[in-house]
Amino acid sequence: MIMSEKFRWALAVLVFTGVGMGLSGCAQEEGLIGAADAAERVYVAPGEYDEFYAFLSGGYSGQLSVWGLPSARLFRVIPVFSQDPETGYGYSEETKAMLKTSYGDIPWDDSHHPVLSRTDGTADGRWIFINGNNTPRIARIDLTKFETVEILELPNTGGNHASSFVTENTEYVFGASRFSIPAEQDLDVPIDSYKENFDGALTFVKVDPETGRMEMDFQIQVPPYHYDLARSGMGVSGDWVFFTSYNTEQAHTLMEIEASRNDKDFILAVNWRRASEAAANGAGQMVPGRYYHNEYDPGAGMATSEELSGVRLLQPSEVAGGMYFLPTPKSPHGVDIDPTGEFIVAGGKLATVIPVHSFSRMQQAIADGAIVETIYDIPVLDYDRTIIGEVENPGLGPLHTEFDGRGFAYTSVYISSEIVKWSLETFEVVDRIDAYYSIGHLMLTQGDTRDPQPKYLVGLTKTARDRFLPVGPKQNHPAQLYDVSGDRMVLLKDFPTIGEPHYAQALRADLIQSDVRRIYELADNQHPRVTRRSAEARVEREGKVVRVYMTSIRSHFTPDNIEGVELGDTVYFHVTNLEQDWDVTHGIAIKGAQNAEIILVPGQTKTLKWVPTRTGIYPFYCTAFCSALHQEMQGYVRVSPEGSGVPISWRTGTRGSTD
Amino acid sequence: MYGIFAPRHLTSMALGLTLVLMGCGGGDAPSGDSSDRADGRSAPATLTDFQLAHGIGPITTEVELGELDAERAERGKELYQFNCEACHFLEDRFVGPPLGDVLERRTGTYVMNQILNPEEMARQHPEAQKLLTEYPLVMPFQNITEDEARAIVEYLRIAKEQ
Repeated sequence: MIMSEKFRWALAVLVFTGVGMGLSGCAQEEGLIGAADAAERVYVAPGEYDEFYAFLSGGYSGQLSVWGLPSARLFRVIPVFSQDPETGYGYSEETKAMLKTSYGDIPWDDSHHPVLSRTDGTADGRWIFINGNNTPRIARIDLTKFETVEILELPNTGGNHASSFVTENTEYVFGASRFSIPAEQDLDVPIDSYKENFDGALTFVKVDPETGRMEMDFQIQVPPYHYDLARSGMGVSGDWVFFTSYNTEQAHTLMEIEASRNDKDFILAVNWRRASEAAANGAGQMVPGRYYHNEYDPGAGMATSEELSGVRLLQPSEVAGGMYFLPTPKSPHGVDIDPTGEFIVAGGKLATVIPVHSFSRMQQAIADGAIVETIYDIPVLDYDRTIIGEVENPGLGPLHTEFDGRGFAYTSVYISSEIVKWSLETFEVVDRIDAYYSIGHLMLTQGDTRDPQPKYLVGLTKTARDRFLPVGPKQNHPAQLYDVSGDRMVLLKDFPTIGEPHYAQALRADLIQSDVRRIYELADNQHPRVTRRSAEARVEREGKVVRVYMTSIRSHFTPDNIEGVELGDTVYFHVTNLEQDWDVTHGIAIKGAQNAEIILVPGQTKTLKWVPTRTGIYPFYCTAFCSALHQEMQGYVRVSPEGSGVPISWRTGTRGSTD
Repeated sequence: MYGIFAPRHLTSMALGLTLVLMGCGGGDAPSGDSSDRADGRSAPATLTDFQLAHGIGPITTEVELGELDAERAERGKELYQFNCEACHFLEDRFVGPPLGDVLERRTGTYVMNQILNPEEMARQHPEAQKLLTEYPLVMPFQNITEDEARAIVEYLRIAKEQ
């Protein structure tokens, strides 16, 4: 009651300010609106919910952040490819398995493109996939738990940038090599033998329709270009996926010059259904390729890791009639498909126009045999036969396009730092608005699906410079929120983000919010070292290993006094959080442990490893404020010299090993 | 510190006063009891005789315990082991009071409401508040259903004899 009055009062002030701005600045013409109007459009009252979830990639943080739109409030950062000392992801013994690769344990990656799972080309809110670019991987996050539940490594691939994208019913999630490398595993050759020895690779990962579990299905070996971005078709083009390529020059040094010489590079169209059938019928050959498949059960807090070997590699000749090059100016970056599946829009980052291919014209060109040459058994179609429009005056450096489902496309333009809105009928620019500064991807709410929600657009910009209070030479990467519900785009606010969001996804909140888990049922916890009852808490010695089977509940650990640990021991705290109420977490940290704390959500078991290096008394404590007696949630471990013979004993209060 | 703090405090009081005055003029729906807090939770209220005897919570009519249901008690025992015994023993004091004789002190309905609605019980019920002076921790809610709470009560009827 009081809050709403307060807000009304605040609005009055803002309206007044807005009037001032309106008089002084002609703000409307620049896509700005009165502050009160903007404030109202992004205002979500205390206790109320946002209309959309937004998922922003973490870029070089390796993670995925979850926001609300239109408020632009940060809800959570989901750890994916990088260790996270805040939650213990990648530090707790169980979750270390999530970061295993065929190159060893890797604590970091670079995550670029999240994509929501789809049904009939529409975001269904079951899972979100995201790529690891550096050590090529694809991760799956379960949206009932908001946890990374699976990471699959892609073998024989360099720079998994054209990833993660899914086909229209999530039959496949796919990736491709932005940096061509030899297809033959671990091949040792001179770098200047690029043209003879290097290859591109497209990777198709099958997704189980019920569980979402990923399985490596096949790869296609393609010319050693750089496959930059990708999209699945929709509707009429639903059997096809599209990859942009640059570096058709096949350069391997001073790429910014050498890979930018050709006037046209390609979009590679692949009929994934035909390729999938060929692979199922035994086309291609199994080639060596080591990769890891890591899976996590958040309820148990337990991840497992499996190393696999061998991947089915198809040649383009084995997907005959299912692969075509579409010449496209000039080092195209994004390739984006409109909601009908008809328009294939390229972001020619060095081009002066936005080229738009037509899927039906492409089909006709194929039927007519309009082929200008053949490269590596892949026919190159006549540019004039596939192109349907070239958007003039798009600004400098068009990159990515999203759609509003009302006949308009929105393209981010990097060098001139703006967003242009153009018509899919006339291919003419109808509106443009500034971005602050140097925009990369943009994301219109569900604007990459068959069901766009033409409400908000987030511009993911690369540099903030003067947009926020200065915090040193490095400012966090910003994003801008625009209202795209009307004829003109309107800037509502800008906000700093986590890491470097390359791309993002949005989802109507009502699709999933009631299905999100609040606790993990203790009764379902399948962790092999779970302690479901505090009466079963104990300490066991196994040679030089001491295992503490511990429980936590407001506000004590059982046990909380432990003796008999000696120098030379490795201690594992297997802690089960007995809480069964929403959002009641406990954590555990012990002095001198050479890793992070771990956080336990209700019903979960996780393990903290500790190798004491000195004798003495070691306090451990709960790191997550849990109750009025949180400070009291602590205990002690006594560490004695090696061979001292202090027997293992434990207790909490009046109960312990000697009772 | 005090010198800096005091004027701010006065300012916020003045602001609050302004807001209250502004609020008086509005034509909004009635806000209920004037003791309502801004966060929507009500301050301790006058309890009914039923609430005094049987607790505050989803159980609003007295649950007749009837003849002992051994199967239900067995289920209750398991629930008790997973959800209660981390803080309660049957005979000794621990984080919470001993529960072996709890049904001699409380009705089964009271115990169910305490299990199902512990936070409001701690805020509102005089008996629960009395206990807080002795056992300082507010009892956690463990996502127990009414049916499960009933089973735990059934177990507590025979727990001491087991």
